[in-house]
Amino acid sequence: MIQLQNINKSFGDVQVLKDVNLQVKEGEKLVILGPSGSGKSTTIRCMNFLEEPTSGLVGIDGEIVTKRNKNKIVGEKMSMVFQQFNLYPHKTVLENLTLAPIKIKKIKKWDAEEKAMYFLEKVGLEHKAHAYPQELSGGQQQRVAIARALVANTKIILFDEPTSALDPEMVKEVLDVMVDLAKENITMVCVTHEMGFARQVADRVIFMDDGQIIEEGKPNEFFDHPQTERAKQFLSKIM
Amino acid sequence: MNFFKGWDKVVSEIPEFLTAFLCVTVWVAIVGTLLALTIGIVVGLMSSSKNKFIRFIVRVYVEFFQNTPILIQIFFIYLALPAFGVRLHEMTIAIMIVSLYHGAYISEIVRSGVESVPKGQYEAAESQGFSHIQSMVYIVLPQTIRLILPPLTSQIVALFKNTSVLQVIAGGDLMYVAASWAGYTGITAPPYLIAAVLYFSICYPLTCLSRYFEKKNEAGYVQKKSKDPAILQLEGGALDV
Repeated sequence: MIQLQNINKSFGDVQVLKDVNLQVKEGEKLVILGPSGSGKSTTIRCMNFLEEPTSGLVGIDGEIVTKRNKNKIVGEKMSMVFQQFNLYPHKTVLENLTLAPIKIKKIKKWDAEEKAMYFLEKVGLEHKAHAYPQELSGGQQQRVAIARALVANTKIILFDEPTSALDPEMVKEVLDVMVDLAKENITMVCVTHEMGFARQVADRVIFMDDGQIIEEGKPNEFFDHPQTERAKQFLSKIM
Repeated sequence: MNFFKGWDKVVSEIPEFLTAFLCVTVWVAIVGTLLALTIGIVVGLMSSSKNKFIRFIVRVYVEFFQNTPILIQIFFIYLALPAFGVRLHEMTIAIMIVSLYHGAYISEIVRSGVESVPKGQYEAAESQGFSHIQSMVYIVLPQTIRLILPPLTSQIVALFKNTSVLQVIAGGDLMYVAASWAGYTGITAPPYLIAAVLYFSICYPLTCLSRYFEKKNEAGYVQKKSKDPAILQLEGGALDV
């Protein structure tokens, strides 16, 4: 379970999050929507402490995350998939998947590789195990990044605009993997502009604007009958 | 006076030249390189420190050594130290100077190398639970090292040539032996040519190495072509993606 309590975040003079309160239940699929600059990415990045909130509390499974324990909590409980994939370019696909398990969890190399191959197969890239990231297309890189998140076996996976940097024809292969993933009992928090995906997999949608959550609800309710003027405006522009 | 006269006389001096080259020039260069790399890496990492005072000290050091001639630096140490009652061997002074001088340059190379690794790499590492030190060791530095190998090798070449500042403090290195021999025999070109050939014999291969690293970087990180038929088949069968 993820809890954000009265989160404020400022970069210099700019306040990007204003008193955000949010709870994500175990196994829930949450999609965060909103115009750019609304604070969606900052919200998700506060969850794993990539951004330290200026004030407020982040709780994971009842434990409060601090600067001190963040490596341990984040390593054990959550993974992240980034817009720019952020694979390690000097490591092969397989090594990208096994580095953290071997170095942090001290799993034997052989076991880590076996597990990595299992997840590579899951995203359909087992034949690319020994390739380097730069030899893959954007869609393939993002699928590797998802496999890297899966191999950690964390209950929570955060997706920060996973398809925004992809060429249009590659969006589907990544979304397909994510839709598949949504069938499992993993907590997924996803910042995205893919409305079809949100409708299909989300248990709940939250809509942010100007650093605040201004609307939330079931995806069908939200998309068909948005309550706030701002959400109506937003939806009319992107649908 | 013929510029190219005197080869017959210089030939018998070649062993002396070689001794000076190997025992002084090469030795100073090797120890100097190791020290310069150590200084460069430590100072380079310090310059991305969050502490303002540390960054200030680093700037002072780097700007001083980069913006004054190495000849002045060596004279300064050579003449100043005895005033404080410190007597050091000429070779020790030379090692100090070349390592401080090139350490300053190397620290800038290291700093720019570390800074050129995208922020996303740190974030990915952090999101996997790596501590700051672990991210540096496993993710950032391996990428940095490969990136900075070409300019680093060029610095080693420059350091090797700069060991010739030993000449001005009578350090007994190759340049000193060549210059003094030229001085008292009046035969000028041959000893300097021999010295040039010896410097070249070490520096040229290093320069080629630097170029090789550069080429390798242009290609980026790519898979070595596998000869294993099983893997080839696996890759060949992957036309659907």
